[in-house]
Amino acid sequence: MEKTKAKSAREPLFHIVKRTDIPKWKAWVIRILAVLAALVVCGIIIVALTGKNPFEMYKFMFEGSFKTERKFWKMLQDLAMLLCVALAVTPAFKMRFWNIGAEGQILMGGLGAAICMKLLGDDGAQLSNGLLLPITIITAILFGAIWGVIPAFFKANWNTNETLFTLMMNYIAIQVIAYFTFIWSSGSNTVGKINAESHAGWLQLPREVDKYGYLLNVIIVALLTILMYLYLKYSKQGYEISVVGESVNTARYVGINVKKVVVRTMLISGALCGVAGLLLVSGTDQSITAETAGGRGYTAIMVSWLAQFNPFYMILTAFIVVFLQRGADELQTQTNRIINADFADILIAIIIFFIIGCEFFINYSIKFRSRKKKEVEA
Amino acid sequence: MENTPAIRFENITKAFGTKVVANKNVTMDIASGEIVALLGENGSGKTTLMNMLSGIYRQDEGEIYINGEEVQITSPKDAYDLGIGMIHQHFKLVDVFTSIENIALGLDKKTTGANKEIADKVQEICDKYGFDVDPKKKVYNMTVSEKQTLEIVKTLYRGANILILDEPTAVLTPQETEKLFAVIRNMKADGKTIIIITHKLNEVLEISDHVAILRKGEYIGTVPTSEATVQSLTDMMVGEKVELDIERPEIQDKKLRLSVNHLGCKDKYGVTILDDMSFDAYGGEILGIAGISGSGQKQLLESIAGLQPTEQGSSILYIDPETNTPTEIIGKSVLQIKKMGIALAFVPEDRLGMGLVGSMDMTDNMMLRSYRKGHNIFTDRKTPRDLAFKVKDELEVATPGISTPVRKLSGGNVQKVLVGREIATEPTVMMAAYAVRGLDINTSYTIYRLLNEQKKKGVAVIYVGEDLDVLLALCDRIAVLCGGKLNGIVDGRTATKEEVGMMMTHLHENGQKEQEVQD
Repeated sequence: MEKTKAKSAREPLFHIVKRTDIPKWKAWVIRILAVLAALVVCGIIIVALTGKNPFEMYKFMFEGSFKTERKFWKMLQDLAMLLCVALAVTPAFKMRFWNIGAEGQILMGGLGAAICMKLLGDDGAQLSNGLLLPITIITAILFGAIWGVIPAFFKANWNTNETLFTLMMNYIAIQVIAYFTFIWSSGSNTVGKINAESHAGWLQLPREVDKYGYLLNVIIVALLTILMYLYLKYSKQGYEISVVGESVNTARYVGINVKKVVVRTMLISGALCGVAGLLLVSGTDQSITAETAGGRGYTAIMVSWLAQFNPFYMILTAFIVVFLQRGADELQTQTNRIINADFADILIAIIIFFIIGCEFFINYSIKFRSRKKKEVEA
Repeated sequence: MENTPAIRFENITKAFGTKVVANKNVTMDIASGEIVALLGENGSGKTTLMNMLSGIYRQDEGEIYINGEEVQITSPKDAYDLGIGMIHQHFKLVDVFTSIENIALGLDKKTTGANKEIADKVQEICDKYGFDVDPKKKVYNMTVSEKQTLEIVKTLYRGANILILDEPTAVLTPQETEKLFAVIRNMKADGKTIIIITHKLNEVLEISDHVAILRKGEYIGTVPTSEATVQSLTDMMVGEKVELDIERPEIQDKKLRLSVNHLGCKDKYGVTILDDMSFDAYGGEILGIAGISGSGQKQLLESIAGLQPTEQGSSILYIDPETNTPTEIIGKSVLQIKKMGIALAFVPEDRLGMGLVGSMDMTDNMMLRSYRKGHNIFTDRKTPRDLAFKVKDELEVATPGISTPVRKLSGGNVQKVLVGREIATEPTVMMAAYAVRGLDINTSYTIYRLLNEQKKKGVAVIYVGEDLDVLLALCDRIAVLCGGKLNGIVDGRTATKEEVGMMMTHLHENGQKEQEVQD
């Protein structure tokens, strides 16, 4: 036989092996090391590109969430809203239904709330809050649910691609909002506070209880987190979602009506996005723009996946994302925009890259050449 | 050094994760120019060892020598360069390409399907060893046997001197197996070294020169085939004495349970899969279903289970053992069938993809059948957990615990979980498709025993199998399918392997004809 490359080649330096199991503590050590490594890399980049002291920069980032009571509450609000959307997309993703339409479902939920506040509030029917609030809540949830069910219905009956479908629905939602903001603002495209005088349809606790107006949102989302955990883990419907997600064949085999589960789950997913829209429009801004959802519909997907669809882990993953975003904003203000938004984004990206990238080392181990060890043995 | 072995493994160790050691300090030689059968139960590390030889895995420790020289195999390309070719159980062919295009695929030379040079060389290989390859035929039009032939020719084309065949006969009929063995002998005559991974012992004895045996990842030894028997090989493989006779209890009380009439179904492209099939299944007997894979076995079972849309005029009557009243199953969903009180157990072919949920633990998998019970919106986990413990104890499921995802269990234990759950539903009809595929000998016998227990209880057992020896030893009657048609029903006690093999491939002249069994 001829001399071949393989014969002369040296044993490779390392090869990759899948881990079957890894103790929980070890996984966490890897994750923490990854964050530390990310901070080191960020530090080097900060020094190299700006000449600033990285520790000072990290301090600014930390202050973004914790410097003042107000900043702290703002962070909690952002966390609650992102978590709410993450909870909303989770049942669908657990079912392997790639719903990237949360953005549109939030907007439609918000639109539902805004329409009620406009038409039934100060400028319209002037209903009392006792009547207006329930109508607003139900409408918002319904709008979100309908927007979520449409792609599910098509998927269940004609097996359309839900990823493209939900994505397209986002653009439609954005245009619908643009239309309404144009009408309501008589052409200036800024709606302004709705019912600023009477606060009709405002979903907030009195200012004496809740100084910054974020408390109710936080409470509602905390409750939703617990409910979603129980629903997914212990309910029959949650069990059906897991089975359909893992294997449609198994679901059919035990007689689960897959179409029904798909539609029902997206109804829940859309309804929760509707709640997020409600909390944003009626609970926070009392106004609506095409930016109301603020990309949460997409970010939430990452939050949900990173937490492996566990609602309680999502609190942590959502916190990481919000903490970094708020830190990046603070960094800009504190450095008089020497560090601008783009640079802050680079830092966020590096940190998230490390956090996600370290999952590789949790799932695989790298084995180095074993030759040395053997020679010692021999 | 005289008689340098073609392959020498030295202290090969390969582990997956910390717990699973697939190969442990394997040191063995494969003699040049021989047919060597690599024998071992599932999970004994045969395929892992061969995958290291063909560059798919990399050993953790140890060296491989080819013709006396140490080699580093880090990719399938390295293996090809060394003249090693592996024919996998699942063929690696491009469906929409022709034979020639598949052979040309991945070669360094710029080639097209019309390349004369390649076609000539392929023809030369075919003539030399007795292959039959249609160069223009597309892979999706080929039978399993033709695909396998193409894989072998492809490997030879690339200059392989050492061929590894991973369970080559698992998907073949007895006649096709004979043909395959003929070309294997021709290749041997040409000086090639051939390694066959299998666990069909009769075939091992027929074709090989030496048998190398692995058990639980360790090399046990190599014996000359001439000195081996089925019993001696089994004992070496299992590590203890094994009783090899399959029990077939006499039928006690045979009662009509299922009456299938004019059953037909089409696939989504309108191609007929089941064609006017009629037969009866009785409580207290095991009805075997034989046929080459894809003859409609899956659709037949799924029609009974309420999973397969059927053609107009199809009928499956279920005769209740207590009231003796017939009920129509066709047109009912799985849930409706269940609600009518028909206890149907179904062990599907695809255990982890259909019968179970791989990522869930034993409790959650037990729950698949029972979670609907009660009006509570929350699931009852206690009953399925108790059942999980019961199945684990009674069927001796080897698992770290009932909360381990079933995907992490070995094939045999996965099947025990599935069969245990289905038996727990106290069925009156039990269907099992390829119930012992890939299982070790002891587990296979456990499954036969469980099926016989159901039979003795008066359950109508329908057993779809591929190993004719087993079908003939276990079943009371065997329905033979051929291309979606029922080609006849034979008595399991009197029929021969050749007879059934012939019926699997050649449709009876009068079409469907049922030979009633005397009892």
